[in-house]
Amino acid sequence: MQQTESFKKRIDKALHNEQARINFRSGMSGLMTKRATQFNDDQELQNMRDHARAIRSYSLSHLPELLEQLEQKLVSNGIQVHWAENSKQANEIIYQILKKADAKTVVKGKSMVSEETGLNEYLEHKDIEILESDLGEFIIQLAKEMPSHIVMPAIHKNCKEVAELFKKHFPDLPYTENIEELTLMARNILRDKFVKADAGISGVNFAVAETGTLCLVENEGNGRMSTTTPNLHIAITGIEKVVARLSDVPPLFSILTKSALGQPITAYFNMISRPRPANEKDGPQHVHLVLLDNRRSQIRMDDELLDTLRCIRCGSCINHCPVYVQLGGHAYGTVYPGPIGSVLEPQRLGLDKIGALTSACTLCGACGEVCPVQIPLPKLINRLRAESVNSQRSEAQISGKGSLRKMLEANTWVLWKWIYANPGLYRVFRWAARRFRKLSPNRLGGWTQYRTAPVPAAKSLQQLAREEGFSNE
Amino acid sequence: MQKPDTVYFFGTCLIDLLYPNAGLAGMQLIRSAGVKVIFPENQTCCGQPAFNSGYREEALQVARQLMTCFPGNIPIIVPSGSCGGMIKQHWPELFKDQSDYDEACSIAERTYELTQFLVETLDIQLTDLGQPVKIAIHTSCAARREMGVAEHIESLIGQLSQVETLEQERKPECCGFGGTFALKQADLSGAMVTDKTKAIRATGASKVISQDCGCLMNIGGALDKQKAGIESQHIAEFLWERSHATD
Repeated sequence: MQQTESFKKRIDKALHNEQARINFRSGMSGLMTKRATQFNDDQELQNMRDHARAIRSYSLSHLPELLEQLEQKLVSNGIQVHWAENSKQANEIIYQILKKADAKTVVKGKSMVSEETGLNEYLEHKDIEILESDLGEFIIQLAKEMPSHIVMPAIHKNCKEVAELFKKHFPDLPYTENIEELTLMARNILRDKFVKADAGISGVNFAVAETGTLCLVENEGNGRMSTTTPNLHIAITGIEKVVARLSDVPPLFSILTKSALGQPITAYFNMISRPRPANEKDGPQHVHLVLLDNRRSQIRMDDELLDTLRCIRCGSCINHCPVYVQLGGHAYGTVYPGPIGSVLEPQRLGLDKIGALTSACTLCGACGEVCPVQIPLPKLINRLRAESVNSQRSEAQISGKGSLRKMLEANTWVLWKWIYANPGLYRVFRWAARRFRKLSPNRLGGWTQYRTAPVPAAKSLQQLAREEGFSNE
Repeated sequence: MQKPDTVYFFGTCLIDLLYPNAGLAGMQLIRSAGVKVIFPENQTCCGQPAFNSGYREEALQVARQLMTCFPGNIPIIVPSGSCGGMIKQHWPELFKDQSDYDEACSIAERTYELTQFLVETLDIQLTDLGQPVKIAIHTSCAARREMGVAEHIESLIGQLSQVETLEQERKPECCGFGGTFALKQADLSGAMVTDKTKAIRATGASKVISQDCGCLMNIGGALDKQKAGIESQHIAEFLWERSHATD
């Protein structure tokens, strides 16, 4: 139960961070509005979601074959492929590639999978300088923080906080709170690093099996710089990111950018198919892809939980979540926050480690409604709640099943069932609740801290129905 | 659906105990349109609280008891988006692999949320007999997303000539009730309902109306605690009071 307590503490901390709450509220409101402007025809949106869902479902149902095809194509294109079962393996593989190339400095494009493996920390321990080149990631790297959002990692900071951070780290540069000037500063610092870096690391949005193409979606050009300027490029991604055909990419790309930031298209879209041939001047001579499992294979084995893997990481569920907007990402304590985090992370890390995330949800359904690939997020959160209090109910390969079962709570539900499954007992219970309504407690834990306590009515609906002449058959 | 002769009314456990007048008003609205309303005596709860807490076995047994209350091919009307959603969307899942799965599906198919039934089936026409009033509407998330009937509360209130509806900021956002969520994550739920009530108070409305008593218990309880002077009321009770002022 330790995780429940520490989650409570993180929630408490988040709810008391007034500035961050203001930042999240304005950030999420803006993102919701922008997304809405991209989808003004409900039927068209539904068609797009159906198409995107079908593409991703096909990928998952044909995953082994597609991964095999992807590997073959990449290798024949000259891209080296590595398989990692877990984070540790992925980090070691990347380190070995860097070591072999004698690479000491790395620039990195944004990659959530590398956050998943803790790559930066790992490489820093190996004395490799790794610099985040996405502006948001750059900011949080300076602040030594985790991303608070999967698309906008520094959304928890306002421009004043960023200005102060820059002043602290670059005391020679003039202080400014102007966003354009701050961006330009970061750009100048990064330009120099791009030119000098020994290697670039990036994520992948879609890996096309048919052609062996790695697609990278970005807005700042830092992804292109990271993957083309240094002589070595290492891409890392989860095995679920594969798609069958090149023609699958445009529909996914389109719904991704519209859902994520309300953009019709991003400023940059990179398609990486091979290293630089001898007769060309641009691009890295060596390209590697690390394909990470990290329990994705196990998630795929369950017919229902499998839907988790359709995710294209747009962050739309996060932007629309009424809980996330109160808390921000750090309170979740995981790489992926919000609804998708509450579904993915307990499966990835274990219900015994982080299953408590599933309790931070009202099941309002806002996430599922906007998901571009129609992941039934509320249904999956509910399913994981069931798994977390019952170790026997399914074959799903999730660690920590039943670990959140508390005796008192379980017994309360047995008592509840006993009353509500027996109309006779229910009538006695109802009679007692009404009879002693004046005695009903006016303090009910956390409920009455914010609200008055509900009081049973003088007469039940059943009684009123009879008095008003409604029949019972 | 064609207008039926008879319907069942599932009052829900929350209404039975805390808001019986809302349930009664719903039944009166249906009866006034010439439909016989049966209120089965043995009804208790749809199983939603346990289902949403992960205790599906307990939920199943309670749902199964409710199932016995609705034999035959008679529509079931529920004055709650979330209880309606539980039966319509989640019973088939809850009863999956059970011997009474078909029966559960039959009940799911026959289940209608109250405002949905009043608008889509009865095409009810109301005359406003009340004093001018300014209200805010809170649409329940389950009515919106599980039942897909959120717009009906608006159209019903739109029939009332003396009622002005004021729009609160972030109207579709969840109020933070979420059943046991409000107890398990009390501070988080408290933060959400504080935002919600702030938005409602800013409109200047004197009443907040919703189609779900869970939301009303949350929002209304918070408004009372804040001594905001804003009354909360279920849509059925509001409609019945205003259209039958002399009753």
